[in-house]
Amino acid sequence: MKPAPFAYYAPETAAEAVSLLQEHAVDGKVIAGGQSLVPMMNMRLARPTALIDVGRVAELAGIAVEGGVAIGAAAKQARVLREDAVAERLPLLVAALRHVGHPANRARGTIGGSIAHADPAAELPAVAIALGAELVAVGPDGTRTIPADEFFLTYYTTALGPDELLVEVRFPDPGGSRAWGFREVARRHGDFAMAGVAVTASCGAGGTVESARVVLFGIADAPQRAAAAEQRMVGASPADPALAAEVAAAATAGVEFASDPYVSAAYREDAVAALVERAVQESAKTMEEA
Amino acid sequence: MSETATAGRRLVELNVNGMSHVGLAEPRTLLSDFLRHDLELTGTHVGCEQGVCGACTVLVDGEPVRSCLTFAVQMEGARIETVEALSADGALHPIQEAFRNTHGLQCGFCTPGFLLTAKALLEENPSPSEAEIREHLSGNVCRCTGYQGIVDAVLEAAANGKDQADEPR
Ligand code: FES
Ligand code: FES
Repeated sequence: MKPAPFAYYAPETAAEAVSLLQEHAVDGKVIAGGQSLVPMMNMRLARPTALIDVGRVAELAGIAVEGGVAIGAAAKQARVLREDAVAERLPLLVAALRHVGHPANRARGTIGGSIAHADPAAELPAVAIALGAELVAVGPDGTRTIPADEFFLTYYTTALGPDELLVEVRFPDPGGSRAWGFREVARRHGDFAMAGVAVTASCGAGGTVESARVVLFGIADAPQRAAAAEQRMVGASPADPALAAEVAAAATAGVEFASDPYVSAAYREDAVAALVERAVQESAKTMEEA
Repeated sequence: MSETATAGRRLVELNVNGMSHVGLAEPRTLLSDFLRHDLELTGTHVGCEQGVCGACTVLVDGEPVRSCLTFAVQMEGARIETVEALSADGALHPIQEAFRNTHGLQCGFCTPGFLLTAKALLEENPSPSEAEIREHLSGNVCRCTGYQGIVDAVLEAAANGKDQADEPR
């Protein structure tokens, strides 16, 4: 099918994009890579009357690495994957990006687009939470910063207002001894996850975990932190061979797994337990290498 | 530009296969339709029109892109390459030769997308492993071949490319 008609705007500055968005807040849409929006428009599940294309806004496509990493919302996923400086600081982001769609999707798809779209099975929202990212949004009242933890509300719904534009994703300085793991299960490499997990842990001088994040995705209406699993990791040594299984057992406690026509809640629960175990084992390995 | 935006037709100028093409397109005209209907470059195939099958893949500034998920108006200033460019001089491109040798196609519907996706891979990584080839082609669907012939074709094209690079000139 073909999309319904719409007016097309191609602003060249972020300020222009924001004012266009305010003008069209009711039925306009921001388009970046379009890898999620255009299929919905082709099927007429989405019928925006105006598209504001941020693909020509150079200031939204920057990548700045100093201490932390700040990635412009419209930076293409394929380009981020090629940045050595990002890979060095955020190996978790790079590992997850390899699972975001196929090469042709990543050539157009953007970091901010995936985050603002908030598909519950998408990788980048979970990674943003796991890395403690902050999301910078510009709206009528100026700029505000939203912690990734508070950003993803439910299916395709974020804390962004209808007239707010996501402009940047800020990943804090990961610091020295940071362990990470990433695992997902999908029907085919590059498809949306049927279940997945991103794990980060920062370790103190004695090699024990000081703080940890275990973020599940593809499991319900939004990515979710597994609090009991995180608590189990704190104070433990990632090298402890018994740890992974214990964290995995804690990860499914209290989580309400969703069922859909393709994947049952019971399957998701089993898969999450296995994936968490492997991700924690992987994090022990990344710890040794660090 | 933004004050005058409408849903109506406008002139669009695209660089396709090294030539500048001008056509009329509504903003909602997909790049796939613009190539096929306006520029009559029907080598780009349309299978699903929802970004799943990869048949419509073209190269944009050297990278594979699904033309059914891209609006023609977004492509002003970009360098687009379609399957027609591969054999522009009348001879098959080495990747096309390899597909023929290894039975990398049967009905041929998926082939333009596979050829261009493979070309992008070999430009970035001239000697990929079989696993890398499979991962890179994972977004393209073929209903005929079972993929083995396609993977073999890319391996063969890579090997031939290497021989050529080794030959003394
Ligand atoms: S026609 Fe574009 S991906 Fe299928
Ligand atoms: S050759 Fe028929 S679909 Fe691939």
